[in-house]
Amino acid sequence: MWEIIAANKRKSFFLFIGMGLCLLVLGYVIGAAFLPPDGGVGGISIALIIWTVLSLISFFSGDQILLATSRAKEVSRDVHPQLFNIVEEMKIAANLTAMPKIYMMDEAAPNAFATGRKPGRSVVAVTTGLLSRLNRDELQGVIAHEISHILNRDILFMTFAGVMLGSIVLIADVFLRGQYYSLGSSRRYRSGDSRTSAQAQAVLLLIAIFFAILAPLAARLLYLAISRRREYLADASGARLTRYPEGLASALEKISQAGLELRSANKVTAPMYIVNPFKARSASFLSFLSTHPPAEERIKILRSMAGGAGYLNYQKAFTQVTGTSARLIPSRELQDAKEIPIKSVTPEPLRKRSIRDEAREIGDLTRAVYRYAFLTCSCGLKIKVPPDFKRPTIICPRCWRTLNSPFASV
Amino acid sequence: MEILLIVLAVVALIVLAVIGLYNALVGAKNQVKNSWSQIDVQLKRRHDLIPNLIESVKGYMQHERGTLENLTKARSQAMSAGSVGDKSRAEAALSGAIGKFFAVAENYPDLKANQNFLAVQEELSSTENRIAFARQNYNDQVLFYNNKIQMFPSNLIANTFGFKTEEFFELEDKTQKEAPKVSFS
Repeated sequence: MWEIIAANKRKSFFLFIGMGLCLLVLGYVIGAAFLPPDGGVGGISIALIIWTVLSLISFFSGDQILLATSRAKEVSRDVHPQLFNIVEEMKIAANLTAMPKIYMMDEAAPNAFATGRKPGRSVVAVTTGLLSRLNRDELQGVIAHEISHILNRDILFMTFAGVMLGSIVLIADVFLRGQYYSLGSSRRYRSGDSRTSAQAQAVLLLIAIFFAILAPLAARLLYLAISRRREYLADASGARLTRYPEGLASALEKISQAGLELRSANKVTAPMYIVNPFKARSASFLSFLSTHPPAEERIKILRSMAGGAGYLNYQKAFTQVTGTSARLIPSRELQDAKEIPIKSVTPEPLRKRSIRDEAREIGDLTRAVYRYAFLTCSCGLKIKVPPDFKRPTIICPRCWRTLNSPFASV
Repeated sequence: MEILLIVLAVVALIVLAVIGLYNALVGAKNQVKNSWSQIDVQLKRRHDLIPNLIESVKGYMQHERGTLENLTKARSQAMSAGSVGDKSRAEAALSGAIGKFFAVAENYPDLKANQNFLAVQEELSSTENRIAFARQNYNDQVLFYNNKIQMFPSNLIANTFGFKTEEFFELEDKTQKEAPKVSFS
């Protein structure tokens, strides 16, 4: 666990430096191609400015941006006490310094994500669909996976990786578009004094175009590979935290089989969720283009963790299921792991519920997220009062009793 | 002159390394202590919840006087236990009493529809989980600390300054850990 944190911090640092270098090279090549003979310096400074600004923004307010685009709202404990309990349990298991804030999204598709650049200031967000579909053990598995992202410093790491990808794509895109539109005019070629310098410039331009096409592709593939690895690792840590891989496995199964897409997710935020929020491509040869490992594979790995919930067991199961010998977990973490037994759990009784009940529960949760008040009339009818209800009394639509509005006294 | 400077630099580096390793050891030791107090916090929370539980079932379980009294007794014993050994035995007994209580509560379908009871039940089972996870975290922290004490180079510092390895928190009652065995012979 500590080795993973240390490794992630190290990698974040190298990534930060690496992305700076990549950008500088790209900036230099483009600058040199645009404004010879010494445009390279200008290109470098522009790239540096873009990178600094993007890094600062995403470091300090990336979480707020993500929460706003996913339309997640902070909720209080009384909306879903069980969820708060589970998060608190996982906070204790992971030894986090502070309780993460809890946000909810009004979405029927079950999904969840975590954000926050450091463990002391983190957020766990879940959809209302997730809460209505999963039982306690499954919910615990999902929360453990999200807390693992926080614990392992995955979010910081993925933020820097995302900024690297973003700035490379941005610069390359602007450059290529500029080339495309200025193709007609050959003004720049005439500005050179001699033939040789024009030739040299043309060669530089070709190199720049080559870089501008290749760099975003390479960066994207790298980013996706990192993203998939983080997911496996969070699964491993999640199983270790709960000592119960089956909870997460069965949750992943339910989430991936729900067949619903998140309305509020987009291409940029997709890697943050526990399961790909869009319908997965069926073709497996395209798996190197996806942000998440295939859900079936993750489930299979979790279910073949024989005899223990430790990292060693996950690594063995990973090798067995994927058939690759990739080392997922730092070897020091594997060595000192003592035997970690899987918790024996008495399975929760199956909740047999109709679709109508489920829809009703989602509706109630959604209203709670939007701060509706619930008022139970003595005839048994549950009245949902919207937060902007102004009148002091409500008349029960079933028995015509007059009730006091819960907002009247406030 | 130059040799003196080099020697000074080396000494300074060694001193810095020793300070760093020493501070890391102290940090790890404090984490162990902190995780131990986490267990206490959760045990206290469990003690506080039991009166609520009994209150919520008063109207339903009048014929289960014995079970309720057992629970109250186990709670007060756990609260007054002094030594660590006594405490862990009393807490284990309390866990048993709570388990028995919920087994009995299964026979009361009215109770299982009572929102108040369900809320207290969720709080209590969450507390049971928290105790388990706090123990788990304590053992993780002890593992980390002990590794630091035994591994090079921090073992040199640990030996010099007398850091001692901590013991893992194992459940006293072995039967509590193992699933019941069924034999058909």
